Amino acid sequence: MQHVSPVREPLVTGGKTYHDITQDVCRQVEAKPNIRWAIALAVSLFFLGIFIYSVYRTLWFGIGEWGLNKTVNWAWDITNFVWWVGIGHAGTLISAILLLFRQKWRSSINRAAEAMTIFAVICAAMFPVLHMGRPWLAYWVLPLPNTFGSLWANFNSPLLWDVFAISTYFSVSLVFWYLGLIPDFATIRDRATGPIARRAYALLSFGWTGSAKHWSRYETVSLILAGVSTPLVLSVHTIVSMDFATSVIPGWHTTIFPPYFVAGAIFSGFAMVLTLMIITRDVFSLKDYITLEHIESMNKVIILTGSIVGVAYITEFFIAWYSGVEYEQYAFINRATGPYWWAYWSMMTCNVITPQLFWFRKIRRSVVATFIISIFVNIGMWFERFVIIVTSLHRDFLPSSWAMFSPTIIDVGIYVGTLGLFFTLFLLFAKYFPVINMFEVKTILKSSSGVQHSHTPETMHAHSPNNQAQHDK
Amino acid sequence: MTNKKYILGVYEDEDVLLHAIENIRAAGTKIYTVFSPYPVHGIDDALGIERSRLPIAAFLYGLTGLSFALWMQIYMLGFDWPMIIGGKPHIALPAFIPVSFELTVLFTAHGMVLTFLIISGLYPRLKVPVMDVRSTDDKFVMAIEVKEGVTDVNKLNTLLRENGAIEVNEKEVTK
Repeated sequence: MQHVSPVREPLVTGGKTYHDITQDVCRQVEAKPNIRWAIALAVSLFFLGIFIYSVYRTLWFGIGEWGLNKTVNWAWDITNFVWWVGIGHAGTLISAILLLFRQKWRSSINRAAEAMTIFAVICAAMFPVLHMGRPWLAYWVLPLPNTFGSLWANFNSPLLWDVFAISTYFSVSLVFWYLGLIPDFATIRDRATGPIARRAYALLSFGWTGSAKHWSRYETVSLILAGVSTPLVLSVHTIVSMDFATSVIPGWHTTIFPPYFVAGAIFSGFAMVLTLMIITRDVFSLKDYITLEHIESMNKVIILTGSIVGVAYITEFFIAWYSGVEYEQYAFINRATGPYWWAYWSMMTCNVITPQLFWFRKIRRSVVATFIISIFVNIGMWFERFVIIVTSLHRDFLPSSWAMFSPTIIDVGIYVGTLGLFFTLFLLFAKYFPVINMFEVKTILKSSSGVQHSHTPETMHAHSPNNQAQHDK
Repeated sequence: MTNKKYILGVYEDEDVLLHAIENIRAAGTKIYTVFSPYPVHGIDDALGIERSRLPIAAFLYGLTGLSFALWMQIYMLGFDWPMIIGGKPHIALPAFIPVSFELTVLFTAHGMVLTFLIISGLYPRLKVPVMDVRSTDDKFVMAIEVKEGVTDVNKLNTLLRENGAIEVNEKEVTK
């Protein structure tokens, strides 16, 4: 009894069977590393080396290695932090919110998107920790009994809320992701031929057998995890935005920040998912699972969140004028026409104008165009954080302390270094873990595979392949 | 060490499987369990699996997290070392909302997942009690326990095959 919708496009193409799904996803896990993967890993490791060197310089010589000054005391570090955390948000959106909305197209991209979330949060966490200057004392942010009497952490501070938000977000995402991996590790384990692979995947699969009772509990757990992750993901970027919004700096002190940051996070995250998935589907030949339909759906999310972000930019500007506060007005005029005008207009072009191209179906369904626009969005969202942070700080209330920010080679090294860290982790994941959630794709196969696709409703159920005769017996 | 013998009926399609489960249970045979490569919709009802009480556990974990977070913040900033921060009262409840929320989620998620792993007996191990390796790939495997002298294996075989099993195998499990 396959139900083929005459309206909806299939989510799995190529007439796959359950076994084909297993084969296609396990192929790159079981095969010898291919050359393109090896080259990509080598490049990523090179950038990881840059990261390690820059971190070494930062730790050995101190924060003076960065380009910060007394006026601009937050710059690339926090820009990169917010950028990476934002990228992470798409993974949770796909795995949690789209699960609650029962969006079937999430099935084949959620695994990689969640992995992206975890790796992005790891990269993000590097920045505040390194900015502490003495990262070995990072545990001071936790409310622990200490030698200064019982001076506890300040729970009124958004920076402390961040500690709780990011660590909860990271650990819950990790658990959610791993839980979904368990059944797929079991599949790889049961196919493994080598003794090392069999043992490694046996350990990773936690002894999963796929019994009906376990599945029943699994579904309950994943539904509740999705339920708690949904407000969690919204809270994380809300709290990140409060790092700025609760201060009294013109340009930061606005109530629009939480929703605007969350929309921006999802916007940039989907762009990164697209960048990664377009490469992954090509390198691992998974075009039957990550179809144009998936790319189009993600592009629609990009138009929506991109437009929200655009409206937020304009609203901010309007409110700055309407508030009548001259500092606020100056901060925004300075953003658009001051010495950082190029950053502001890069942000406007990449985030507000380019995603609007997705209104055209041709562009939405073009892999090349989507890839290019996704890169633009990634760049634009980086500039957004740079603009918010640096332009608000560099001309403060006292003109004598006005300054410009210029990054040092170490600033650049740490930033491109985290890209190396991210891609190293992602490439290792893509090679050794099932990059597509096999069991979820199997779940939707019957309803969404487009097998025996037919445009005339009369013939749709004409030949059920599933032993109709035996049912009637 | 006890040996248990199971009859395994292998199915290829979830709808055939669901009908088979209903018919076999109606025939008075007790099904040990069914292994499937993915969660089959409706199998809980067919097998008579009760709804999991994990949501209740999750709620209690969440409540624990919330109470702990509120206690921690009120005790630390309100009583143990009161400080005036930004002109706010010592116990500034609105400012405690974010941490309280995060810890509620933290406790709910981890508590529930740990409970799930423990009650389902899932932990890292080398030997895995899989009855038929194809059940994690593309086959649905129904396991029925054979009780010496009670179960008529031939009759069971016919019953399984009549209900669409493509194969019927025997498997001995040492516990």
